[in-house]
Amino acid sequence: MFKALMSQVRTIWTILQHSFTRAETVQYPEQKPYLAPRYRGRIVLTKDPDGEERCVACNLCAVACPVDCIALQQGVKEDGRWYPEFFRINFSRCIMCGMCEEACPTNAIQLTPDFEMCEYNRSSMVYEKEHLQIEGTGKYHDYNFYRVAGLAITGKDKGQAENEATPIDVKSLLP
Amino acid sequence: MTELGTISFGLLIIFAAVGGAAVLTWFERRLLGVWQDRYGPNRLGPFGVLQVAADMLKLLTKHDWVPPFADRLVFVFAPTAIVVAMLLGFAVVPFGPDLYVLDINIGLLFFLGMTSLAVYSVLLGGLASNNKYALLGGLRSAAQMVSYEVFMGLSLMGVVMLTGSFSMRDIVEAQRDVWYCVPQVLGLFTFMIAGIAESHRLPFDLPEAEHELTAGFHTEYGGMKFAMFMLGEYLGLILICCMITTLFFGGWLGPVLPPVVWFCLKVFALICFFVLLRAAIPRPRYDQLMSLGWKIMLPLTLFNLLLTGAIALWMEG
Repeated sequence: MFKALMSQVRTIWTILQHSFTRAETVQYPEQKPYLAPRYRGRIVLTKDPDGEERCVACNLCAVACPVDCIALQQGVKEDGRWYPEFFRINFSRCIMCGMCEEACPTNAIQLTPDFEMCEYNRSSMVYEKEHLQIEGTGKYHDYNFYRVAGLAITGKDKGQAENEATPIDVKSLLP
Repeated sequence: MTELGTISFGLLIIFAAVGGAAVLTWFERRLLGVWQDRYGPNRLGPFGVLQVAADMLKLLTKHDWVPPFADRLVFVFAPTAIVVAMLLGFAVVPFGPDLYVLDINIGLLFFLGMTSLAVYSVLLGGLASNNKYALLGGLRSAAQMVSYEVFMGLSLMGVVMLTGSFSMRDIVEAQRDVWYCVPQVLGLFTFMIAGIAESHRLPFDLPEAEHELTAGFHTEYGGMKFAMFMLGEYLGLILICCMITTLFFGGWLGPVLPPVVWFCLKVFALICFFVLLRAAIPRPRYDQLMSLGWKIMLPLTLFNLLLTGAIALWMEG
């Protein structure tokens, strides 16, 4: 009984000592917390170092998305590149899980540390391609999909990509 | 004091007590914040003090709703009872040598009676709500009050014995040499615990225990009726602190500063201590509460009573 009482007294003393500790609170709108570059916030579409859009409209992000908030349509440019004719993310559904970023083979879709995207209308939460596309390369500065991929586009034939051997004509007998 | 003076002073006390209780809602939250390493409401006005006004506005504009299954008359009456009883309790508190509404020779009994009346509010509120959580809350409060009222009164008898009077003024005057918190330390301890239980504040807030009973006896209440319950609770806190000050800490007595200032300072310090208890101590289980009341506090009080009586006789003889 006495021990229990002393335990209560010790609790009170411990709490009293907290009069002199600083509050842990981050007073948000005035005081912003530090967010790491890999924080999963608003989604952007990036461009490669040459200034061409990275997205090849492969639809992997839309497949990976657990809430089906990504919609896009593939188109083909004259030079053979694939690109999204439209690219739409419904952020009122997005759960910022980052699965799309993981699925993306060209590092085009990336999540940024910005989370302040409140709107008064639900329809304003639907971002089209022009809202998503940024000018920079995002987190991966040197990566250019068409430079490493074997796909032939205008100005780069098969076998001309980095670390790519020239294709072998299997129907020829010549060495 | 003249009759008019008494009435106007009484009105002043009512406004001061209600205003104090309102500010206390904000102050308690800030103080709890300090002890829990956060800020509490600090946005509205200087230090967030206008939070009181915002809360009040919100409660005032809420839909004043009585559930169709409730016992309408009792449901509406219950919240007023606690406020009225607690405010009446302030009548016997001496704020200074000449600052009191009522100095009756049974002041202490009057106070005990008024705090007991407040139980009806909780009990009837729980009963009239016609809701199982509310009923459980009311049930608990009834049992808690019965158990803790017993030694609440008895714990004060030591003070009465030493003073030889039930009048609050005489009790304060008798503490000129030494405050009763020294010879009556057991009485202070038991009265404080009974006081917390009586005003059902946090370590003993089993009637409302939001983790078990949603909100206990005031589950069905909203708007101003809910505000009345809260007001009554905070008034009860202030009243208990006033009583502890008067009975154990020498009331208005103190050097240099005017008596009223001393009284208010002591009450303020006690309120801070009660908030500290709320911040620090977890709520006991219901059977623990009961066994603490009957098996420990009551024998302790009786022992204190016996000891005080023996010493008083020995000093005389």
